[in-house]
Amino acid sequence: MVRAAVPRRLTWRVATVVDTRQETSSARTLVLDVPDWPGHLPGQHVDVRLTAEDGYTAQRSYSIASAWPSDDGGQVELTIQRLEDGEVSPYLADVVAKGDQIELRGPVGGWFVWREKQPAPVLLIAGGSGVVPLMAMIRARGLARGRQPFRLIYSVRTPEDVCFADELRRRVRDDPGLDVHFVYTRKAPEGSPVPPKRIDVAAVNSHGWPPDFQPDCFVCGPTSFVETAADILVALGHDPKRIRTERFGGA
Amino acid sequence: MELDGNALAGDLREVFAGDVTTAVFTCAGCGHAGAVATLRVWEPAPGLVGRCPHCEDVVLRLVRTPDRVFLCLTGATRLELSLQDEI
Ligand SMILES: Cc1cc2nc3c(=O)[nH]c(=O)nc-3n(C[C@H](O)[C@H](O)[C@H](O)COP(=O)(O)OP(=O)(O)OC[C@H]3O[C@@H](n4cnc5c(N)ncnc54)[C@H](O)[C@@H]3O)c2cc1C
Ligand SMILES: [Zn+2]
Repeated sequence: MVRAAVPRRLTWRVATVVDTRQETSSARTLVLDVPDWPGHLPGQHVDVRLTAEDGYTAQRSYSIASAWPSDDGGQVELTIQRLEDGEVSPYLADVVAKGDQIELRGPVGGWFVWREKQPAPVLLIAGGSGVVPLMAMIRARGLARGRQPFRLIYSVRTPEDVCFADELRRRVRDDPGLDVHFVYTRKAPEGSPVPPKRIDVAAVNSHGWPPDFQPDCFVCGPTSFVETAADILVALGHDPKRIRTERFGGA
Repeated sequence: MELDGNALAGDLREVFAGDVTTAVFTCAGCGHAGAVATLRVWEPAPGLVGRCPHCEDVVLRLVRTPDRVFLCLTGATRLELSLQDEI
């Protein structure tokens, strides 16, 4: 976080795709090299701008998935979920290739952010691609060897839709105090004791923190998911001031 | 499509030196106070419209042209900004 490097007026930068990683059949991570990147906080996002040959532009926001090491080196990673009827996401999730350039500006957003010095336990609730900024928080905690206990409740349609599955499994094993619970909405893994269902009071109650632990709660995903999960937290007695939400749009 | 004030961060950061999504607005309609990030934002209205999460009145309206940004804050009686934000 080299503050002096942040230009006073936010400008568009040209980022180069240096690598790509397929996360699921519909989500892909773009590893970007951004000259003079000032660093970022976990939870921040960038705006991406695409320009067609005729000058038409489309702009969308994408959360930053990667944590930024305090010793500076590091890259900006975005994880994009393809929406079949989408204008921008199919291009970023399927078409963009290593060596290509895209325009972005950021990092932006200082509210939906977890800071390493926050001592409270953390409850992360993700719906689909809403896991991306929460993953940045998990990665930042891992980098800082944070001691704040973290719990992630991650709602996905099927086991095949889990982003960062291997890394989450490894971190649950290696990062002390990190727990992950999956809510499957369409197909649960074989042998699962619960049938597929949407996130509900029982899931948040059993796998979140009790309100008297005063956890910092971060909820992210499609708009209707965020509203449901935030309502559940409030109903369970969590302080609305400790609930931070970010809506990705859509249904 | 319904979003929230987090989605305004880029456009506001283009105009202001600091991050305005952490600023606290006070709604002129109902007196509710909250972070700009918690506004309910609809797009693509003519520009971005931010409504109070409490009473749904329009608090903020942001319209862009290729070389100008228009920001109307008639729905807010007050905007409180921290001078100590890290980013
Ligand atoms: C702050 C912020 C951070 C975001 N971070 C990410 C991220 O890390 N990864 C990511 O994949 N997306 C993220 N999004 C969503 C992203 O900005 C785009 O909205 C998404 O990629 C769809 O764009 P599109 O052009 O493909 O679809 P569009 O052409 O804009 O929309 C196509 C259709 O899909 C619907 N739709 C749009 N967005 C969603 C959604 N999120 N869920 C369900 N339906 C939707 C629309 O209503 C429309 O019917 C973020 C959004 C915000 C506001
Ligand atoms: Zn109001």
